[in-house]
Amino acid sequence: MTSLPVKHGRPSAAPSRGRVGMALLIFMESVFFSGFIVTYLFYIGRSAFGPQPREVLELGPVLLNSVCLLSSSVSVWLAVRALRRGSVVLFRVWMGVTVLLGLEFLIGTGLEWRGLIVEHGLTMRTNVFGSNFYALVGFHAFHVCVGLLLLGGSLVLSLTGRIDPARDAERVDVVTWYWHFVDVVWILVFTVVYILGRSATEIIS
Amino acid sequence: MEWSCSVDHKKLGLMYIGCGMVFFLVGGLEAAFMRLQLARAQSEFIDPETFNQLFTMHGTTMVFLVGMPVLLGFGNYLIPLMIGARDMAFPRLNAFGFWLFIFGGLLLYFSYLGADGLYGAGVAPDVGWFAYAPLTSRTFSRGNPTDYWILGIMISGFGSMTTAINLIATLLCMRCPGMTLMRMPMLAWMMLVVGFLVLVAIPVLTAAQAMLLFDRQLGAHFFDPEVGGSAVLWQHLFWFFGHPEVYILILPAFGFVSEIMPVFSRKVIFGYPLMVAATVGIGFISLGVWAHHMFVVGLGPVLDSFFTAATFLISVPTGIKIFNWLGTMWGGRLRFDTPMLFVTGFVAMFIIGGLTGIMLATVPLDWQLSDSYFVVGHFHYVLFGGTIFGIFGAIFYWFPKATGRMLNEHLGKWTFWLLIIGFTLTFMPMHVSGALGMPRRIYTYEADRGFEIWNLISSIGVPIQGLGVLIFLWNVVRSLRKGEIAGDDPWDAWTLEWGTSSPPPEWNFDRIPTVTSARPLWDRKNPEDADAHYG
Repeated sequence: MTSLPVKHGRPSAAPSRGRVGMALLIFMESVFFSGFIVTYLFYIGRSAFGPQPREVLELGPVLLNSVCLLSSSVSVWLAVRALRRGSVVLFRVWMGVTVLLGLEFLIGTGLEWRGLIVEHGLTMRTNVFGSNFYALVGFHAFHVCVGLLLLGGSLVLSLTGRIDPARDAERVDVVTWYWHFVDVVWILVFTVVYILGRSATEIIS
Repeated sequence: MEWSCSVDHKKLGLMYIGCGMVFFLVGGLEAAFMRLQLARAQSEFIDPETFNQLFTMHGTTMVFLVGMPVLLGFGNYLIPLMIGARDMAFPRLNAFGFWLFIFGGLLLYFSYLGADGLYGAGVAPDVGWFAYAPLTSRTFSRGNPTDYWILGIMISGFGSMTTAINLIATLLCMRCPGMTLMRMPMLAWMMLVVGFLVLVAIPVLTAAQAMLLFDRQLGAHFFDPEVGGSAVLWQHLFWFFGHPEVYILILPAFGFVSEIMPVFSRKVIFGYPLMVAATVGIGFISLGVWAHHMFVVGLGPVLDSFFTAATFLISVPTGIKIFNWLGTMWGGRLRFDTPMLFVTGFVAMFIIGGLTGIMLATVPLDWQLSDSYFVVGHFHYVLFGGTIFGIFGAIFYWFPKATGRMLNEHLGKWTFWLLIIGFTLTFMPMHVSGALGMPRRIYTYEADRGFEIWNLISSIGVPIQGLGVLIFLWNVVRSLRKGEIAGDDPWDAWTLEWGTSSPPPEWNFDRIPTVTSARPLWDRKNPEDADAHYG
């Protein structure tokens, strides 16, 4: 009765747990940000009073921040490449550059907020634009902080000699996925807040 | 101590289920108080403020602290065993998720002691489980009970999300040799889809709750219509979470039915690939039906039609499942032990809930019935007659595996019949009182509206269900001490968890199994007629 051959499943070439876990975390975070981005889009042009995005958002400093954050994706990629090739020294250099670029972004955001709050009097309670702006940009900045802690942690570990290129290159690579994710979210936030949000002129009441 | 520090998926799973069942008793008690109040017209047993807290806490508890943790607990306990793994992909994250859930639940209930409301201290949230704006604004919801609601649910939501990541990673990365995706038990498929639904739904709720928290604590205006905010946006965000949530609560129960029914029909599950396709289909469609909760908002004919059509559409894959279960039973050698009683009860009750769901998806009917007791009847048929019956079936089915002892069959049958009779008495009349125009969430009603008899019947069902639950608890306590010894495989089942000892050792399997079909134990028991021969 057993004329049919027994079919064996392929020996499981299972993907790494760490990569799948990180990909799922990023998926989840993307949904979280989608909530805020959709809300932001919904509220564009609906602030009946108070400072409007066009009047208070300046593109210059934000462009500088964006260039820093986006180029940190390249430097972190170079850091992982260095680690894969076994060079811990080069890894430290590129990771250091990445952390500095990330810090610049945070400081730049802080300065921008200071200007908005002190000069323009825009806070979360001012109007719907203020609520949305600080929530969306703030949650992104919070994620930059988390990413910096992770990257800074790997830098500290390597400085204390606890990173072994052969063993840890893949792990560090998984961590950097999170950083790339934070960068991609920034591209969206930038588009929504500084391009779409600023260009809307009509106030829908 | 050993349990509180454990990262073992079985211990965590049992703790999830145990704590969920404790919350089930609490939530059930809250419901019993409400039914006591509503048993007769113009009753003054409970004042309106307390009543508002009761229905809010009842709904929130049953969805977030009973349904989710018990179902995720079953996933935790069973998935590694079913796919031949020694633990979850991230055991420590698993423990973290469990303790977040406990903390969130306790934080929510701490409001009964620590929250300050309009009438002094000790006020639980009272804004309803979907917490519509602007009722949740600081103007209308004084003090901080609503903040306890936000934070408690948010924190237990973090727990659910980590568990979902863990389940998916386990299913994708930890399957034993030969366990291809299409050889996974149906419950594993359901849990995979549920995992993704959790990751799509809960973060949206978290985002919306963060906005609400900003509104309440920092003076933001997301849901404040006075300065351009939108109360309808909260409804959209909440139900974008809320409807997939319904499927998060029902799909694992579908999984229980799909595991239990074939074993007690002595037949392989009917139409496995179609079942998988229907599950994935439900997962996708469930993301596009949320506004059928919002027809009375007045979304306009285009959106109303879209969401009606999408909701009708989802009954197609659901119907496929029901027919596949019937096909599984058809011509089988049926054994009506307690687990099988519960899952057949599930199918019957769920069909009723599904049909009233189609009625409510029809806009003109919904305009008439929305926010009436008809809706309450409908979703209790789905979530109680569906999910809770599924959970009871699963407990009776897997209890022997987890403890090594059988639950008493005689007491089990008592539990089933008391529950299904009490359930029908309580929830069937709600369709009538709702159609007569009784709104949900009212704390009392006038005597001459024709509501009395239906409410009285509803309330009479409660002690009957309560007795069923008490007998169940006694059954658990008794069987743990002197239940019949189960052996490895008391039901003569086919999935991998029955191939190891009862209870399983901490490492689950002495040797990691290799499987060649969807019913590995059938193959082991019947080598001459193994499924593997049929490809």
